[in-house]
Amino acid sequence: MRVVRLIEEGLVERFREGRIRGPIHTCDGQEAVGIGVTAVLERQDLITSTHRGHAHFIGKGLDPGRVLAEIFGKETGYCRGRAGHMLIASAEHGLLGGSAIVGGALPIAIGQALGFQVQGSDRVVVPFFGDGAAHIGMFHEALNIAGLWKLPVVFVCEHNEYGLTVHARHQSPVEDIAVRAEGYGMPGIKVDGNDAVAVYRAAADAVAGARRGEGPTLIEAKTYRMTGFSTSDQGGYQPEKEMAAWRSRDPIRRLRRALAKALAKGRLDALDGEAGETVAQAFAYAEDSPLPPAEEAYAEEFAPPRGPHA
Amino acid sequence: MRDMRYADALHAALLDEMRRDDSVVVFGEDVGVYGGVFKVTRGLQAEFGDSRVRDTPIAEQAIAGMAIGAAMVGLKPVAEIMYVDFLPLTLDQLINQASIMHYVWAGQVTLPFVLRTQGGAGTGGGAQHSKSLEAIVAHVPGLKVVMPATPADAKGLLTAAIRDPNPVIFIEHKALYNTRGPVPDGEHVVPIGPAAIARPGTDATIVANSRMVLESLEAAGELAAEGISAEVIDARTPRPLDTATILASVQKTNRAVVVNEGWRTGGLGAEISALIAEEAFDFLDAPVARLGGLDRPIPYSEPLEAEVLPDAARIAAAVRKLL
Repeated sequence: MRVVRLIEEGLVERFREGRIRGPIHTCDGQEAVGIGVTAVLERQDLITSTHRGHAHFIGKGLDPGRVLAEIFGKETGYCRGRAGHMLIASAEHGLLGGSAIVGGALPIAIGQALGFQVQGSDRVVVPFFGDGAAHIGMFHEALNIAGLWKLPVVFVCEHNEYGLTVHARHQSPVEDIAVRAEGYGMPGIKVDGNDAVAVYRAAADAVAGARRGEGPTLIEAKTYRMTGFSTSDQGGYQPEKEMAAWRSRDPIRRLRRALAKALAKGRLDALDGEAGETVAQAFAYAEDSPLPPAEEAYAEEFAPPRGPHA
Repeated sequence: MRDMRYADALHAALLDEMRRDDSVVVFGEDVGVYGGVFKVTRGLQAEFGDSRVRDTPIAEQAIAGMAIGAAMVGLKPVAEIMYVDFLPLTLDQLINQASIMHYVWAGQVTLPFVLRTQGGAGTGGGAQHSKSLEAIVAHVPGLKVVMPATPADAKGLLTAAIRDPNPVIFIEHKALYNTRGPVPDGEHVVPIGPAAIARPGTDATIVANSRMVLESLEAAGELAAEGISAEVIDARTPRPLDTATILASVQKTNRAVVVNEGWRTGGLGAEISALIAEEAFDFLDAPVARLGGLDRPIPYSEPLEAEVLPDAARIAAAVRKLL
């Protein structure tokens, strides 16, 4: 979580200096969801991510240096600079993948789960999405089929109160997305998304059930986007009082307090120091990496055929 | 060789590939118990079970997305979208997801899936069940688009599509399902890409696809009786398009008529006409003639529907005008 926070702070700083193309969408304040859920998963389990996916990437084990290289458009990025920060994928880490069409990965996630079911595999798929995505048609189609076929999926809704600038109360007649699970024949679990341990426990139960073939779960993690929609956001719609209330529930500070009781004195400071070092090295790697040569734009349109009997 | 219906040739390809490869799965609306509204998937669920052959809810976005996701993890889905008129419901998944993944993710995944659908007019389906929308998907890099005109190509191209590691939008024609023709016995693979010379000729080139190939062949027959030798090119793969075969033919005949059932404005015919104008201008003895569907919704009533479509008489007239 600390690594994610530091990465995002570094990215925003560099964006302001004009050193990064495109907007950066931070998950500042939401880190406990991505980190808490991915901590449950095995490497071969899949996740789909969003335009706000830094915690998902780091939680799923991607190297921070190569993530940052991708965001800087470098040849050493996970997608050789072709994806940018919203579309990162890493097949070897089970991130397939980032998507910036709100809710667009939900049908793909159930397809991955369908594949695992047909193959008789115990792998599980976790699509992350925001509350905004819970209002699009693909959400309904995907959850209906997942419930119908008992697919091994754990839907994780990061309810951060805002769809771009519009508050959830202006987007949904119900406060909790989790209540919709009943209509899809699956459990709907509401959890404090700023409590990493609570998130972990909810995800562990849901993932274990999916792995046993018991079907999907919808987890709604209540959280809050501490900074704006993206670096292009000019603000003014998140009331200061609301932000202050959520700031006091910062998931990193809460986890730190919980861990302080369990860990030896000084250990947390040492971990923070390691996180700082990791992120500094990651930025250095990304910034020192070469840009792709322009000819790479002409990379093949199609995957080559696998021969006539593939 | 066996004489087969177009629909049966498609069925044979599915049956053979499902028997050969356990990773081939079929899903879509009414494809399981009922066997598809055009009966192309009949009997598959009985033979392969309801895990590999699934009836889905009416949910085109999910059908397309599931094809992508399942392909990503190693299946070879053959998903069905019942009418090409419903294809617009899938376009986010096809255009924003499937088409970008191989390139943007730098080759980390392949997406070996086929989206089977059928389009075209001529049966009174009306404005929401008769369109030809291949130009919309053929516009998109990363999607292959295939439109067989004959039973042999129906089998051979569907087999190739199932084995292809890329997304293939496979567009059948509803008015062709009952047409018959010779189909090679046993394994029959027609590579995706090359066009076919459906009828050789020397005086003019007619470039067509899908049902318009049959209309073009009829036109060529009429013209032959008048002493005009028309070559008919079946551009059976709108993407990737076999530009070499089209250009070689035009360089030989020096005249071109481009025929496509889809709307004329911005259609495949526009693309092929521009190709000929750019690459074979010096060989042309007359301007390229372009026939397409009238730029209107497809009307229901028989004389109205017939009026908006190219046909053999109009194709033959277009060729005569060039000579």
